[in-house]
Amino acid sequence: MRGYAGKFLEVDLSAGSIKELKFDDEVLRQYIGGRGLAVKILWDRLGGKWETVDPLGPENILLMLTGPLTGYAPGVRLCVSGKSPQSNGVVGSTLATELAIDLKCAGYDGIIFTGEAEKPVYLFIKDSDVEIKDASHIWGKDGKETLKILVKEGREELESRYKQHGLWKDPSAVYIGPAGENKSRLAVVAAKWVHAAGYGGYGAVMGSKKLKAVVAKGTGPLPDVDDMERTLKVTDELLKINFKRTVFRRWGTGYLGYDVGVNSSSEPVWNWQEEWHDEKSFGVDQFERIWVKPYWGDFGCPKTCLKIAVIKSGPFKGAITDNPDYENQAYLGTNLGIFTPEGNVYMTALIDDLGLCGIQTGNVLGFAGELYQRGILTKDDLDGLDLKWGNVEAFASLARMIAERRGIGNILAEGTYRAALKISELKGVDVLKYAVVAKGIGIGAHGIRSEEDYPGYESYPCSVQGGDHTSVARLPINHENSELRIILYDSGVLCWFNFFDTEAQDLIWDLLEAVTGWKITPEDWFGTTARRIIHIQRTLLLLGGPDVRWKPKLDDDVPPRWYEPLRKGPYKGKAVDPERIERARSEYYEAIGWDEKGIPKSEELRRLGLDDVDKRLEELRRST
Amino acid sequence: MSETEHIWIARDYSKCSGCRRCEIVCSLSHEGKIWPEASRVRVFMLVPGVEIPHLCVQCSDYPCVDACPADALSIDRQTEAVIVDKEKCTACGRCVEACPGKIPYMHPTENYAVICDLCGGKPKCVEACAEGGWYALEIIKREDTPTFELFAKTPEEITRNVIRKLYGEEWEEAV
Repeated sequence: MRGYAGKFLEVDLSAGSIKELKFDDEVLRQYIGGRGLAVKILWDRLGGKWETVDPLGPENILLMLTGPLTGYAPGVRLCVSGKSPQSNGVVGSTLATELAIDLKCAGYDGIIFTGEAEKPVYLFIKDSDVEIKDASHIWGKDGKETLKILVKEGREELESRYKQHGLWKDPSAVYIGPAGENKSRLAVVAAKWVHAAGYGGYGAVMGSKKLKAVVAKGTGPLPDVDDMERTLKVTDELLKINFKRTVFRRWGTGYLGYDVGVNSSSEPVWNWQEEWHDEKSFGVDQFERIWVKPYWGDFGCPKTCLKIAVIKSGPFKGAITDNPDYENQAYLGTNLGIFTPEGNVYMTALIDDLGLCGIQTGNVLGFAGELYQRGILTKDDLDGLDLKWGNVEAFASLARMIAERRGIGNILAEGTYRAALKISELKGVDVLKYAVVAKGIGIGAHGIRSEEDYPGYESYPCSVQGGDHTSVARLPINHENSELRIILYDSGVLCWFNFFDTEAQDLIWDLLEAVTGWKITPEDWFGTTARRIIHIQRTLLLLGGPDVRWKPKLDDDVPPRWYEPLRKGPYKGKAVDPERIERARSEYYEAIGWDEKGIPKSEELRRLGLDDVDKRLEELRRST
Repeated sequence: MSETEHIWIARDYSKCSGCRRCEIVCSLSHEGKIWPEASRVRVFMLVPGVEIPHLCVQCSDYPCVDACPADALSIDRQTEAVIVDKEKCTACGRCVEACPGKIPYMHPTENYAVICDLCGGKPKCVEACAEGGWYALEIIKREDTPTFELFAKTPEEITRNVIRKLYGEEWEEAV
């Protein structure tokens, strides 16, 4: 078993016990790691009772998994998963963090958390010394304060226990902020102030388990690979390919806040009432003004596409975050009518500190903004906030209310979809039509109306991760952006951003073989391996529950907003064509092996040896 | 000492991307593996965005060499780098105490101290840093000046300096 550390940690938070476990080579070969393995573990352990498992209850399982390519492929990611409190399915949610490296260097491929702790705790790992520690003194702290305490305590612990060593480098950490503690479904698992596993809402799962953080220092080397010489040759080629992406390296996604609006007309503006804007105040030259570092990245990354933004004067003085990246520029900028870098950086830094997801929070804030614009929500509903587009302080205050579940924040903390159901009920008007979501997940900041951006008609409707813009469905199923390909990255586990180029995409099979020794061809992957993973993920998404369940086909749709025509810009008048949605959906079902209702076909599942999954779908097939 | 021109690794921490490619190439070169905790250059990140590549500065008086009770440290005459004799070193930690920057540390699995040897004059970390266009580490000529020794500081001291430059002085307490 090459590329793997060979063992996993299983932490039972209810019992306070820790053990090591291993998976058979065949399981790893079939499910690789990260997202794929998460799907397998969740299916095996919870599949039989999925509908009754509360994502925020002790029965849920929280996973933090690496993959064999983690650390070798350029650009590190860790995959966080479990039953999602947003979709009630499974989301493979990744973030950049050196914790993935420390875990592997400590001898572990990942961690499986079960149960829930009685009082706040964090997990501390130093190689094979693993301990559940009290976190009462950190509970309630925001992101920056939390990390400061964890790094300080971690180094003190290492220095007192291993005196002879010399100075200890900081251990790495992932953690939650107040939003996660308060089980907001918009809460992230965070790292390094600004990194987050956002989609899925796993910060809330950590909060429900009273798990504040995971801190690790691994002192060994990365696990051995099958062929080191070949591995280094392939990674060297990958580095060279990525060094050539000079525009992306220079600005990261930080130039898109202007570009996607003016150029492809697919950026959320005022809760997606527009997808076009031409605000030069939001151009990258204006962001460059506040960037203090030209390149910032994580372990092994050649692109280092992040920049650090610092506000040094004015009302938002002291705010620090990365670029912000495009998603945060859009969702905590244009979608709220905020078109200044200062306002956008302030909002993003606040969302980081609260442990909220920039996309999900920007989505629900925009939704609330539109309800205010329409007079459905009033100042009285909002504790006096004047939620006008562009009012940074008002949106910031509402974000704090969401993290603390205060006032209407308690409803909005449930996410746009669930909040829409509740507000429709309270106000007696249908507000679901203003919710820009797919399967309970706020849709990433790439619209499809103009058809100039990368997601197509099948993208969000057919994705097994709902609104997740990093995992959209795409035909043909081996397309460079297809969900089956993304499953490879999320299972590898590595950063998609270093695999934009076709040349890089072609090298991944070589890298996989050089590291693991397994010959997995594109035919194997798109025909067999990835199919197993996506079918189980689709099955768990359709089983759903306990609070909401998705109807096959009927819920495989775009939000109502996108059937309205664009009102401005070069693509004015364009709307999603319902007939083409119908067609794209049918074509996708057929190509991936689902029946006309979108349920994985019996013969397809049996072909893949997934008879138990097939059996589990019998009732759903009858009732649909 | 020979008449050859010596090099010094200049460091501009504010340009460090935190990619840690220096750790990767260093450990591959010295250990044959990707092994951040056995790299001769270590990137500290006490505060996100303030990454500090920490490595030997070759002080003119070499306090670590003087402090070694086992005669395990010597100075390479070609490069002026400190060389650790793995056989003689007992991992007692005196070199760490003697270093004004607390730069040396003990190998995680072997019984000896780890100190930058300048790769015999062609440091891999500098090459990797230039390849990516980061230039946080760059080669300059070593001259007879005590200035180089000023860089033998602990990661905490350096972080406080750099944070002031990047984030402003009110952020010093974040360390």
